[in-house]
Amino acid sequence: MKRVALLLLCCLPAAAQERRSGFADMARETQALQADDAMNPAMLWVQEGEALWSAPAGPAGQSCASCHGDAGTSMRGVAARYPAWDMASQTPIDLAGRIAQCRAERQGAPPLAREAPVLLALSAHVGLQSRGEPIAPLTDPRLASAVTEGASLWRERRGQLDLSCAQCHDDNAGRRLAGSTIPQAHPTGYPLYRLEWQSIGSLQRRLRGCMTGVRAEPFAYGAPEYIAIELFLMGRAAGMLMETPAVRP
Amino acid sequence: MARVLINIPRTIAAGETITVRTLIQHLMESGHRPNGDGSVVPRDILRRFTASFEGAPVFTAELSPAIAANPFLSFTMTVTESGTLTLRWEGDNGFDQTETRRISVT
Amino acid sequence: MTTPRRLLLAAPALFLLPRIVHATPEAMALALREFTGGAAVRTGRVALDVSPLVENGNTVPISVIVDSPMTEEDHVRAIAIFTERNPQPHVITAQFGPRAGRALLATHIRLATSQTLHAVAALSDGTFWSDSAQVVVTLAACLEG
Repeated sequence: MKRVALLLLCCLPAAAQERRSGFADMARETQALQADDAMNPAMLWVQEGEALWSAPAGPAGQSCASCHGDAGTSMRGVAARYPAWDMASQTPIDLAGRIAQCRAERQGAPPLAREAPVLLALSAHVGLQSRGEPIAPLTDPRLASAVTEGASLWRERRGQLDLSCAQCHDDNAGRRLAGSTIPQAHPTGYPLYRLEWQSIGSLQRRLRGCMTGVRAEPFAYGAPEYIAIELFLMGRAAGMLMETPAVRP
Repeated sequence: MARVLINIPRTIAAGETITVRTLIQHLMESGHRPNGDGSVVPRDILRRFTASFEGAPVFTAELSPAIAANPFLSFTMTVTESGTLTLRWEGDNGFDQTETRRISVT
Repeated sequence: MTTPRRLLLAAPALFLLPRIVHATPEAMALALREFTGGAAVRTGRVALDVSPLVENGNTVPISVIVDSPMTEEDHVRAIAIFTERNPQPHVITAQFGPRAGRALLATHIRLATSQTLHAVAALSDGTFWSDSAQVVVTLAACLEG
């Protein structure tokens, strides 16, 4: 009887499990890398982002700090609330998209490509200002349809392996795939330093990795599908604490 | 210039042995990784790290490609008086970067 | 069932696979001899600290500490780390000046596969001491590419 109860417990979907950050599933040594800023390689990008924040760019010689002042004050909690609604394009926009937009349209500087080191560095610096803050997705009604789209993309089977995100990260989270624990996939620490990448990367890079993993054609960088999935995931992780810049294996 | 993080205790008593921790942004391309076309990506690594205090060597390290990307190196140093700590990283393709930090004993 | 004919057809493909070069325990012994000059290496005094189970071989925290007073008369001159099954056996050699205070080395290394690591210390009296550790490197389930 006891064994049956235990088995049932193991088979419960993640939705019924307690939510846990991927941090909890990592080896103690990898956790130590994230927990100590002197050892976390992502802090190299944060440091670069901090310098870029007050470096003038574009013809008017404006820096991020010219408008936003000290990031420690003005950017506190901002990353925990993205993606947001973009008035100009009338679409949802993620934090990296907003930084790139600010850079191109307000500063008039050359546009920043997705995953460009400068964009990752600025995203990491802004993200760090929300470390320890609970994820607090916006309840803007204009975002609602994208959240719904994200939820259906999450459950949509794709690729030659015919697997949905939910099949691994909801239904089988906590179980093992080869040597690794399948995480619940909460976007608490992006951009993050992944040991596999030997670099920092965005949530979109991670989602693309999962898509190629199931042998599906990933959406292009910056595609609205990624923003929709991010919106859904941030809602799913609401209240969990931000860890940016995290470390993952 | 590669980004560098140097962690030194904030307050140091004379005679104290402190731990210095360093991170530097570098790919540490091993020279063993195959390219898409079957050739090998040429090696580009940091080969040598030197820490000296007031000109006297404290800790030096010869690095091989087995050192992880964005190398982390940590060492200890007994501080008897205030002075300048000089850290130098040298590597392939002429890489040569020096950082200095003022160490003050209380 | 695999027929001999099929095996024969598959054989040339094996030569097209990228060659993965591993050092051998013999190559490691050679690298070690370069460090010790052929002197005997005894077990002890050295503590090599590394996780026995590593979830990604790209960044493996490792530290070596040698029990030594680090005085002018009695100190550790150098510590070196070697691996048996990386492409090259040598990982790092650290040398300590009189101000080092402790014979400590901490870094992050790469491990190509599960293997045994060796840390060897060269002492001021000309003796060599070592510690070793077996590490299992688990492979990531989902690799990109």
